[in-house]
This record gives sequence, C-alpha cells and structure tokens, in this order.
Amino acid sequence: MSISELSAERKLYLRALQREKHFVLCMRILILVFIIALWELAATMGWIDDFIMSSPSRIFETLKNLFISGELFYHTGISCFETVIGFICGTVFGTLIAALLWWSSRLSSILDPYLIMLNSLPKTALGPIFIVWAGSGTGAIIAVTIAVSIIVTILEVYTGFKQTDEDLIRLMKTFGATKLQIFLKVVLPANYETIMNSLKVNVGLSWVGVIVGEFLVSKAGLGYLIVYGSAVFKMDLVMASVIILAISATLMYQFVLLAGKKILGKRIKV
Amino acid sequence: MQYALKVESVSMKYQAKNGEVEALRDISLLVPEGEFLSIVGPSGCGKSTLLSIISGLEKSSSGNIKVFGSEESRIGYMFQKDNLFPWRTIFDNILLGLEIRKELTEENISYVEEMLDRYGLSDFKNKYPQQLSGGMRQRCALIRTLATKPDILLLDEPFSALDYQTRLAVSDDIYSIIKHENKTAIMVSHDISECISMSDTVVVLSKRPGMIKKIFSIDGFLAKTPLKRRDEAAFSAYFNAIWRELDVHI
Repeated sequence: MSISELSAERKLYLRALQREKHFVLCMRILILVFIIALWELAATMGWIDDFIMSSPSRIFETLKNLFISGELFYHTGISCFETVIGFICGTVFGTLIAALLWWSSRLSSILDPYLIMLNSLPKTALGPIFIVWAGSGTGAIIAVTIAVSIIVTILEVYTGFKQTDEDLIRLMKTFGATKLQIFLKVVLPANYETIMNSLKVNVGLSWVGVIVGEFLVSKAGLGYLIVYGSAVFKMDLVMASVIILAISATLMYQFVLLAGKKILGKRIKV
Repeated sequence: MQYALKVESVSMKYQAKNGEVEALRDISLLVPEGEFLSIVGPSGCGKSTLLSIISGLEKSSSGNIKVFGSEESRIGYMFQKDNLFPWRTIFDNILLGLEIRKELTEENISYVEEMLDRYGLSDFKNKYPQQLSGGMRQRCALIRTLATKPDILLLDEPFSALDYQTRLAVSDDIYSIIKHENKTAIMVSHDISECISMSDTVVVLSKRPGMIKKIFSIDGFLAKTPLKRRDEAAFSAYFNAIWRELDVHI
C-alpha cells in the first residue's frame, strides 16, 4: 500500500509515531552532550580537580594515544577474547551438565543442595584459588569467568529442560522413542530459547569474571589498565578504559542478540 | 475370530506416597477390526488411564492387552492438543513418527505425500503449525499418526481443545479420514453427543474404580457422517439412554 492510499487519520498517527521516535533520539543525544559539556566546563573552570576527576578532553587525548600506540586494540582484544571464551564455555558446559541432570533425576536430586550452595556463593571469591591452581595468567581469568556463569546456566537450562511440555514427550513415547531421541528431538529444540537467553546473561556475567580476573592477576587487558591506572593515579587512563569497556560490552551483547535472532528466527516463525 | 483389540480383565492400582488409588477394575473389551468404539464415563473414572494402558505407555497392575492377537503392537495415539512441534514444518512434523522408528523409506514418504494430497494439506507442507487453523492442525496430527501405519488408533479427547463449531466440523473430518483408511479406533471422550455421532459402540464406565457399566451398540442410524447422525431421531434416544447410565449428579 502506498502512502497516498492511507486514510488521513492513519497518516496523522504514523506522523505522530515518527515524531515521538525523533524526540526520544534527540533527548538521548542531548543528555550525552550535556554531561560531556558540563564535565568539561567544570574541569576548565576549576570547579573540580581534573587530576582526580579527569575531563572529557583529557580522556579523549588518552584514547588517541592508546589508539596510536596500538595498546587500545591489544588490551581490548585480550579482554574480549577472554570474555568470548568464558561465555561460550560457560554456556556449553552448563548446558551439558543440565542435560546430565535431566537425564538422571536421581543425580539431580542428589546434587541439588550442592548446586544451591554453589549458586549462593559469590564466585569471585574463588579467584585467588584459581590463581594458585591455574597460575597467574589467562587460564585463571577464564576459570573465574566460567565459574561466574556456569552455575546459573546449569540451573536455568535444567529448569527449562524439566518444564518441557510433558505431552510432547508422551507423543514421542507413543512412537517408541528412546530417551536420547526424546532429548535430541524435543527437549533440546524446545529449549533453544532458554539456552539463548542464558547465553545473553552469560555475556554480562563473563565481563564481570574477566574484569575481576584481570584485577587479580593480569599483565594485560582492560581490567589491568583500570587497576594500573588507579595505582599510578592516572585517572584519565582509568576513565578511558571504563569507556572502552562499556562500548565493548555493549557491542558484544548486541552481536550475540543479533546472532541469536538469526539462528532462532529461522526455526521459530510465528 | 481375530479381534483388532482384546482387553482381558485389566485392573489398575496406582501407588502414591499418601496411599493407593484403584483406577480400573476388571475391564474386558473385544473390538473387531474397523470398528469405532468410544468410552465415556464420569471424570476421574480412569478412561484416559485405560487408553494409556492399551497404548503401552502405562503398565496395568493385572490383565493383558492384545492387538491383533499380539502383545507387541503399533499403536497410533492422538491427543487433546495437536502437539505439533512449533520448530518443525508441517511436513517434518508429519514425518516425526517415521523418523523416530527409523522408517523414512521412499515408500513410506510417498505414502505420506499421498495422504497430504488426499486430505488437502500439500499446500501447507512447508508452513509452520502456528500458521494453520486449529482444525487443520488436528488433521495434521492425525496424518502424523497414520504415517506410521498403526494397527489401531487411540484418540484421547481429540476435539476438546477446539471451539464448538470447529469441533463439529473437525470430528466429521477426522471420522471420514479414519473410515477411509479403514482403521480401528478407540476414543475417550466426555462428550456424549460426540461419542454417539462417531461410534459403532459406546462403552459407559462407572465412577472410580472404573468398571464397565454398560455397552451400547449404535446401529440405529442411516446417516453416514457424524454431523448428519445428529439430525436423526435415534440420536436423542441414544443420548438419553447413555445419560441415564452416566448417572450425573451435581
């Protein structure tokens, strides 16, 4: 239908919708500009100490230097790599263990209290233990990252598996399906969305794991830059690193979201 | 004579933490090939349990089930919901049973294609279940069941998830497919009219523990389809007789 065929009310409605969208976008940009301007103004006017508070221009200068020296990509790359490995392993191993628990309800009832305990435990507390075991390097960081996300994944995905429509399973049984067939043809595909959601949550959790890990051990990565920056009182570096971190984490989340939609979109058309 | 289904003094007791429930007591039935038999009874009388036992999904406490004289049987089960998998196309859904039984032979697939053609579903082959109406989906569910060439069909309240008008049309539809494929069918339902309109025999079960109270032979109809049966005078006579047997109190 072309625009000219639309009724007057419809056109009015669509225009109002468009206007609202533009307004929201403008406000978003305005907030950012306002904060940056105020911060910069406060620094130049001496209302705040820009040695402690830093300032947009100093952060920009730092980012430029990091970019020129190539350190920007080096540190961001390392952190991103650790995060990706972390959330992929967390999701895959979490799902595998959830599958085992689904397979044997006896195993799941035995392990239940342990899972609850591990879920309540702040996993970052295990960081120092992993450093001792895996050495102070990437291994320990990835271990912390997996520890942060795996238990939640197990519980989440296992609940999803258990809530699979009992009627679908009965249907499979009327065809004489084996337990493996029931799992592969019903339980797993019925829970692709649950697993995808876990993956999304794990992206966020993995960043927590990576940053904590890098605080503790590393000689590289965004977490390292933040700790190093604050230790030597280079607040510009700390702020710049946090900004890169925010951008990287957002981009990665959006990417996983998009990839998930691509994969699931093909399967579930409503 | 070889019966399609022979139920021999089947009883069922459930064990639970807080006690024992006797669901069925001494049920015996003989169903000739090609017959449409339905089972009615008050809710909780164990009629669905009986169907599960016939299908082999549950094991009875005592008694035995023979399908065409054998204890090993191929049964087709139709549920209240169509249970089509939303992530599979109609065609892939219909092939599910064959896939599980590892019988995706050329012959079987062409049999399925034939049925899709005959029952007007070939245009929807590559659609997803969500894109079809409730009636169509129930037809797909039946074809999915028929694809594995079952010896008998078990229907567990197959129409109760549909609204009333769709239900009348779909029961006509499903009935004609079952008759066309010459299948023996056992249906459980709480809808007396539905049972009378479709069946050759109606079995009335008593309250728990379910026992056979009475068996009605529905042979007083001239009409060939469920919908037309509802117009005949015999219909209300059967209805009243079965209603009295059900002994409903509120």
